Amino acid sequence: MEKKDLKKIYHNSPAGPIIFTVLLFLMPVFISSNYIFTIFIMIGFYALVCNGMTMLTGFAGQISLGQATFYGIGAYSSAIVTGTYGLSPWIGMIAGMILGALIALIVGIPTFRLKGHYLALATLGFGIIVYTSFKEMKDLTGGSNGFFGIPTINLFGFEFNNDLRYFYLVWVFVMIGLIFSRNIIHSRIGRALRSIEGSEVASDAVGVNIMNYKLQAFMLSAMFASLSGSLLAHYVTFINPELFGAMTSIYFLLMVIIGGSSSIWGSIVGAATYVLLGEILKQLVPMFLPSAGGEFEIMFFGILLVVTLIYMPNGLYPQFEKLFSKFKKKKEKVQPPLQVGGDRVASGGENQ
Amino acid sequence: MEVHSQVIQLLFSGLTIGSIYALIAIGFVIIYNVTGVLNLAQGEFAMFGALISISLINAGLPLWAAVIFSMLIVSVIGALFERTAIHPARKSSVPTLIIITIGCSIAFRGIAILIWGTQPQSLQPFTDNTPIKFLNAVLLPQSIWSIGIAILILFAMIYFFNKTFVGKALTACVVNPFAARLMGINPEKMSLLAISASAGLGALAGIVTSPISGASYDMGMMLGLKAFVAAVVGGLTNAPAAIAGAFVIGILESFTEGLWSSGAKDVVSFSMLLLILFIKPEGLFAKASGKRV
Repeated sequence: MEKKDLKKIYHNSPAGPIIFTVLLFLMPVFISSNYIFTIFIMIGFYALVCNGMTMLTGFAGQISLGQATFYGIGAYSSAIVTGTYGLSPWIGMIAGMILGALIALIVGIPTFRLKGHYLALATLGFGIIVYTSFKEMKDLTGGSNGFFGIPTINLFGFEFNNDLRYFYLVWVFVMIGLIFSRNIIHSRIGRALRSIEGSEVASDAVGVNIMNYKLQAFMLSAMFASLSGSLLAHYVTFINPELFGAMTSIYFLLMVIIGGSSSIWGSIVGAATYVLLGEILKQLVPMFLPSAGGEFEIMFFGILLVVTLIYMPNGLYPQFEKLFSKFKKKKEKVQPPLQVGGDRVASGGENQ
Repeated sequence: MEVHSQVIQLLFSGLTIGSIYALIAIGFVIIYNVTGVLNLAQGEFAMFGALISISLINAGLPLWAAVIFSMLIVSVIGALFERTAIHPARKSSVPTLIIITIGCSIAFRGIAILIWGTQPQSLQPFTDNTPIKFLNAVLLPQSIWSIGIAILILFAMIYFFNKTFVGKALTACVVNPFAARLMGINPEKMSLLAISASAGLGALAGIVTSPISGASYDMGMMLGLKAFVAAVVGGLTNAPAAIAGAFVIGILESFTEGLWSSGAKDVVSFSMLLLILFIKPEGLFAKASGKRV
């Protein structure tokens, strides 16, 4: 009985995710446009980064303004390991993740000692330092000219050398990442993180090691970003420091906020919204303003971010969920999950 | 003798950069203290100030009128920013407010691209820019202008906060918003005033810097971040400390650029930010006792 109720609290129904996965992986059967694949591959890269950031922002209550740093560390690790030393891409990927986690640990330890929201400031500063290093360490990274000739990924001789194959590769990683973080969120660690987001003082008082959990969440988010960066490097085969500047970090934060950081599914919603809206704006705005050039679409993103935070602080994903549950309610009357929890608390005395 | 003159030269260019950071950092500190918001859109006000003044001058206005009008326009932009973005979210958490200012900052950049495009523009120096020889170093009059304006603003701020009624009301809101409200001061009005005044100051910084380093839609981010570093290094709760921090960062940057490499200056100033955050998060020059503007 108790387990059943817990399941209801966690929205544990696997139907939605399974339908989504099946539809996504069947998509290439119906559509075979490289443009669409490219868009979905980009969404996949961003969704991976946002997935890690959601754990950090939505569950540990910390914001990172330097996530592109780890994205870049992953990309450059892969580039150097495979391009310069000719080793396997998988080694590069793992090296990048380990390096990202280590750096997160080094930045995180002094930062989380401080009270308040210093992680935002520290990651902001750190991001710019690393970005400048990518530019200045010319022997290692190729400087502002970029790093050319990163090989494609292969798995037991199978080359991921076209958009269709890469689409599957990226989304398999995204799905593994989602299942991984879903399991973490539904575990003891996830509950501890949620309690930190709710109230640091209260969770400290009940014996949650705040510092450790925040550090773990930060390291995990760094590993996700690094993995995504490695995948990016092998996809585009050419990287330069501009891909990993402060603006990229801001875009990642924007995706997490717009998608909604209270659920890991928000990361996919946010990444998809960002990429699709960007593409639509690039097509639409020049029709009305022929002179528009450069990255004018950031205006709409900025406004969207502010409006989301003021009027929909939980992002877009809960809105989808509401729609979905309305649709469901018509079929069968389901009790709202939170009320189920409330009932149990109220009847706790009688049961004993 | 060579080294001596180079040191003086670097010191002057450091003071010039520092004075621009200082103008933006003052606004930063005022907003932080009155509203509790870390306004990461502060640099965009400088960008607006620079680009608007260039447009006004191209439209035929004299320099002084262009400066005054663009400061006024940017103050109005600041007021709009407060009313539409900060005010509705004033009860939100600190991270939310920080992200809102980031959102505004990128929206401002987008607006600037749509209006002025991506081409950098330039502004004529305020006065004839023949270099002046001073202690074996070469000084540009525009540098004297920027240092002079920063010092003037500093004294104006001291006068404003200590001698005028509105300034004292603002200080009261900083020290104790609750008591200020009991005394009939409206903190929300003060927040509007603080943000639009800081926007005007930011605009001035942008105008002063554009003859030196040009003006473009993306100048705001680095200026704002550096000013932010300066404010944190000096002390976020104290305007004179933030100004001192700005000069420290400016001089540090010019020496790094002159003696090492220009790429390293960002690394040095942001390392300084991390160092201060980890070792002395209240800032180098902040007094331990109470808050002060």
